[in-house]
Amino acid sequence: MTTPLLQVSDLHVEFDTYGGTVKAVRGVDFSIEAGRTLAIVGESGCGKSVTVQAMMGLIPMPPGRITRGEARLRGENILGVSSLGGREVRGAEIGMIFQDPMSSLNPTMSIGDQIAEPLIVHRGYSQAQARARAVALLDMVRIPEASRRARQYPFEFSGGMLQRAMIAMAISCKPTLLIADEPTTALDVTIQAQILDLLRDLQNETGMALILITHDLGVVARMADEVAVMYAGRIVEYGSVEDVFYRSSHPYTVGLKAAMPSNDPERQHELRPIEGSPPDLFSPPVGCAYAARCPHSMQICRQQPAGLFGVGEAHLARCWLQHPASPHRPAGLTLGGHGHE
Amino acid sequence: MSELIRIRSLCKLFDLGHGQRVHAVDNISFDIAEREIVGLVGESGSGKSTLGKTLLGLHDKTSGEVQYRDEILPARYHSADYRRYARRMQMIFQDPYSSLNPRMTVGEIIAEGPRLHGMMTAAQAREASGEWLRRVGLHPDHMSRYPHEFSGGQRQRIGIARALILEPEFVVCDEPISALDVSVQAQVVNLLSELQESLGLTLLFIAHDLSMVRYVSDRMAVMYLGALVEIGPVDAVYFQPRHPYTQVLVASNPEPDPQSERQRVSTSIRGEIPSPVNVPEGCRFAGRCPKAMDVCRRSTPTLKPVEDSLVACHLY
Repeated sequence: MTTPLLQVSDLHVEFDTYGGTVKAVRGVDFSIEAGRTLAIVGESGCGKSVTVQAMMGLIPMPPGRITRGEARLRGENILGVSSLGGREVRGAEIGMIFQDPMSSLNPTMSIGDQIAEPLIVHRGYSQAQARARAVALLDMVRIPEASRRARQYPFEFSGGMLQRAMIAMAISCKPTLLIADEPTTALDVTIQAQILDLLRDLQNETGMALILITHDLGVVARMADEVAVMYAGRIVEYGSVEDVFYRSSHPYTVGLKAAMPSNDPERQHELRPIEGSPPDLFSPPVGCAYAARCPHSMQICRQQPAGLFGVGEAHLARCWLQHPASPHRPAGLTLGGHGHE
Repeated sequence: MSELIRIRSLCKLFDLGHGQRVHAVDNISFDIAEREIVGLVGESGSGKSTLGKTLLGLHDKTSGEVQYRDEILPARYHSADYRRYARRMQMIFQDPYSSLNPRMTVGEIIAEGPRLHGMMTAAQAREASGEWLRRVGLHPDHMSRYPHEFSGGQRQRIGIARALILEPEFVVCDEPISALDVSVQAQVVNLLSELQESLGLTLLFIAHDLSMVRYVSDRMAVMYLGALVEIGPVDAVYFQPRHPYTQVLVASNPEPDPQSERQRVSTSIRGEIPSPVNVPEGCRFAGRCPKAMDVCRRSTPTLKPVEDSLVACHLY
């Protein structure tokens, strides 16, 4: 068996706060192969950003703490490590782009200089080489008049252009993995479409893998090969994009889909919100974190955390309903529970 | 159905000095019928919120008219005008965090409107606030708490109670769900539709989520750079968009369905929404439009009927 490009196992992250310890990530496992796109999807506070920040060494410690787990890039541990075989992990092996490009860039440095800086620091480029490379990169992310734009400052760029500049910076050292944390959330839909197209084109050109963090199931459907659905610090469903969308096997995934309007011209279902709100991660429930909101919850759900059960080839769900001995074991859940279909 | 709001050639320009003016709302005309929900979509900077605020008198009108039932609303509101109209025309704001005063209790926030309008005694206002908290799915005991004790979805419910306690006829909902998580969006949208129906409200529902606007609204209006480019029944606008901009907007909206997304040919158009300062003659979308003709750069298109919709485009 080949080793995956990135393998994260049993990752636990906590934060100390005045109110107590927040268990933000409570045992996350996933892997990604070269050239593939994994979407990590979930609502605010589910731990999706903390998971990748922990991998990248971006968690301030204290107050943060990685209490357990490991992350391996081509088999080598990267947690708490800054370079692998002389190559920086952050920036060189793994590139990252963030939701808000305006606050992620230095307002007092020209865009071109900001892209050139890592090339000079990490790659030993000369000033002139790095500048030329920065212009080429801006051109690669389809910024018109790249050489003029390279001399401009962040305030002179629109949100979509800044995100392109961020992408140029992230891919400058040819990473094998690009992590995009809500890259289009702050952008309008037409600009979002441009950025998503760009990410896919760059992936085809360079063969890099992409981890896309988002809360938007539409973006997931457009981009992902594999999907991990997170809830309250854990992955509750994992599988191919088809399995997760068409054979949803965790009640939370089913609930998320039912809470969104359909785009079907013929049928328009009633929106069914997920009642209640996610649990308090200061003291997560003993059993399944979703049990209190779940229309299918049983006694065992409140007493014991559910394991990850296989529901198909490479399709997993963290739900007692999917236990091999469960009499209910449905192939693809329906809404059920309260009310009528 | 009779018209509740008539908007005629409404303009709102912001003067930047040095002869520069932002055309935030440029010559917009349409009607909103009683009990109708009009969804207003467009990208940031297209003037959606400015239009909503101008309708309510929160911005002065540069030119044009807004008629509410038989009355022509003043171009510039004075305090007596607010007292006169604010009861009947209310607003629900986008950001549930910054739109509630953190130093007031929830009960004070909700009762402030009735108190300022002299509608109720303190005791009555208190009772009504409790009742409204219940109607929006919270508990009357929450009255003595402060906004920071509530989640985003709960705060948005408080914002709804604050607007509706005055028993308005017309409510501008300015991106009421954009700041909320998917599962909570559905809670708030369902609450708004229930209240709209039971109270017979007329809504202008501003949003950028096209699927949600289609779900909520009767008609959809599309703005680009201050101009209204298309308005019509939601399904007509969503499934047979006529204006090239609406077509791009609909095609850019990702659907939560991997199969249809796979089949989708790349839809992105080049370029970005230009600056609304000193907009040139002609159609505002011409610079990005895949179907632009010579005439588009010369003359500004006006709304023309195309089947059930009105479209401002020289193609029709």
